[in-house]
Amino acid sequence: MDTAVSVKNIVKKFGEVNALDDISFNIKKNKIFGLVGPDGAGKTTLIRIMCGLLKADSGEVDFTEIESTKGKGKIKNEIGYLSQKFSLYTDLTVDENIEFIADIHGVKNYQTRRDELLQFTRLKDFRHFQAGKLSGGMKQKLALACTLIYRPKVIFLDEPTTGVDPVSRREFWIILSGLLKENITILISTPYMDEAERFNYIVMMNNGKLISEGTPSEIKAAMNMTVMEIVCIPVRDAYKILKKNVNSDVQMFGDRLNLIFKGDFPEVNQVREMLENNKIIVSDIRMKIPSLENVFIELMESGNA
Amino acid sequence: MKSIEVKNLTKKFGDFISVNDISFDVYKGEIFGFLGANGAGKSTTIKMLCGILEPTSGDALVSGFSIDKDPESVKKNIGYMSQKFSLYGDLTVNENLNFFGGIYGLEGSILEKRKDWALKISGLENKGNILTSTLSVGFKQRLALGAAVMHEPKIVFLDEPTGGVDPVSRRKFWDLIHEISDKGMTVFVTTHYLDEAEFCNRIILINAGKLIASGSPAELKEEFIESTVLEIVCDDTIAVTELLSDEDYSQNVSVFGNSIHLILKKKYSENSEELDVIKRSISEKTGRQDNVKINIILPSLEDVFLNLLEKRE
Repeated sequence: MDTAVSVKNIVKKFGEVNALDDISFNIKKNKIFGLVGPDGAGKTTLIRIMCGLLKADSGEVDFTEIESTKGKGKIKNEIGYLSQKFSLYTDLTVDENIEFIADIHGVKNYQTRRDELLQFTRLKDFRHFQAGKLSGGMKQKLALACTLIYRPKVIFLDEPTTGVDPVSRREFWIILSGLLKENITILISTPYMDEAERFNYIVMMNNGKLISEGTPSEIKAAMNMTVMEIVCIPVRDAYKILKKNVNSDVQMFGDRLNLIFKGDFPEVNQVREMLENNKIIVSDIRMKIPSLENVFIELMESGNA
Repeated sequence: MKSIEVKNLTKKFGDFISVNDISFDVYKGEIFGFLGANGAGKSTTIKMLCGILEPTSGDALVSGFSIDKDPESVKKNIGYMSQKFSLYGDLTVNENLNFFGGIYGLEGSILEKRKDWALKISGLENKGNILTSTLSVGFKQRLALGAAVMHEPKIVFLDEPTGGVDPVSRRKFWDLIHEISDKGMTVFVTTHYLDEAEFCNRIILINAGKLIASGSPAELKEEFIESTVLEIVCDDTIAVTELLSDEDYSQNVSVFGNSIHLILKKKYSENSEELDVIKRSISEKTGRQDNVKINIILPSLEDVFLNLLEKRE
């Protein structure tokens, strides 16, 4: 079996609000699984239910595969959870925080693993710093190291890169890819569609509902969308011309436009000619694969979300 | 026409130089992106440009007023909006607009006209009496923008305006920004989300208080990406990554979901013989996997940014 966790028909209401409306999916072993959606989609509620911190109104989270090897009721030591709020001891050092978490989980000889993790997260030079003195990106890495000290089989990361700058964000991604080599299954949530392109498999959520699932390329292929990217000057005039004459969604960026077609689309040369006849200088025009952001917008606007 | 003129702007806090002798111009009606990682000096610069922090040396003209000599006039002629800066949740939409209109000294028929405008652009016509806290994030954001520019300033500062909102609301927000800049308002955006920066006409990047790059998104990609990036779609990404990392042509290899991004050591043209040789070598490495695809991918601003910062380390 290659399923690590199964989520089956999870429902959760807060008063009148359907926070989670009948959510089901499987998480495959040793993959990066993404929960993708804007604030308020239900990502955090779902993660808390999966970790056993919150009770669902109905439905279940099935860890059978892990339990069958480790024994029933042993699941707590096999999962790790990184919450959105920084939850380490700011007045303890990096080393002491890891030691503390190791103790709680009854890990005896943690020193070698700790050195390994500090090396891996590039925190070795900071091991005697108080956690409160670290930058945002470093705190995230420390929290991750703490979670990994007891060698969980599955880790749940709730928006680990929100508010983190691009340099730390990319470093965090390299670390996560490295973890797959240790046979760890990773569930990660994010509101950023560009980040979701990096996952092996994603579930898109909006307002407590599952709106799409698959690998990023499967999700895109299912949409039958085509995007034409046009780099041109002056971009604002081009926008007005295309809005009037082309039957597609037009999105304007700083120095280029995207035409998003559903179904049929015109030849690149036809569009180029139309723009050039209107005194627009086109420096590049090409077809490209739609982004997950294009897909999400289409799903929401077509009423599927 | 110049809307903001920054000349040798410097700010020191004790021995620490937060902003180190930066100069740049922003033109009327432009969407201008001001980028940098946390701690690069972005907030300090914005505070000076808004007239609420005095520079140590240098000066800037904002809408023609000196931030050093006439910060009060600067404050009156700009608008400011941030994701963190929120409207009052326990006031109605109308009450919020009255409050902000009052701060900017609007009254009578002008206030009414501008309120109608703010309601219209935020999609809240006939909804002035609802409590602001009940609005969704997207509506709140557009209302906050409307409130920030009720007094029709020539320049509006947006501080990380769209973090965390859904893509549809974000799209609507940027369409609105393009609309107001089209009417001549200058839009100054600070952000560390690089995909947000793609919406800007021109960008500058600062690091450790110093300006390190400027240009349009396309110019920056052309100028600062000196090598070709290949995307390789294959089954066993981890094993292939390890095989490729030792090759002479590989600068950096990283796993990207179900594919691999391989940064080469040089820039190759799309149909060159050299690139074909590399592609063939990659195909050999990936072995007998059937569905292997290799494509050139265009760099993102994030690639540019990381490339620039790594070079400085």
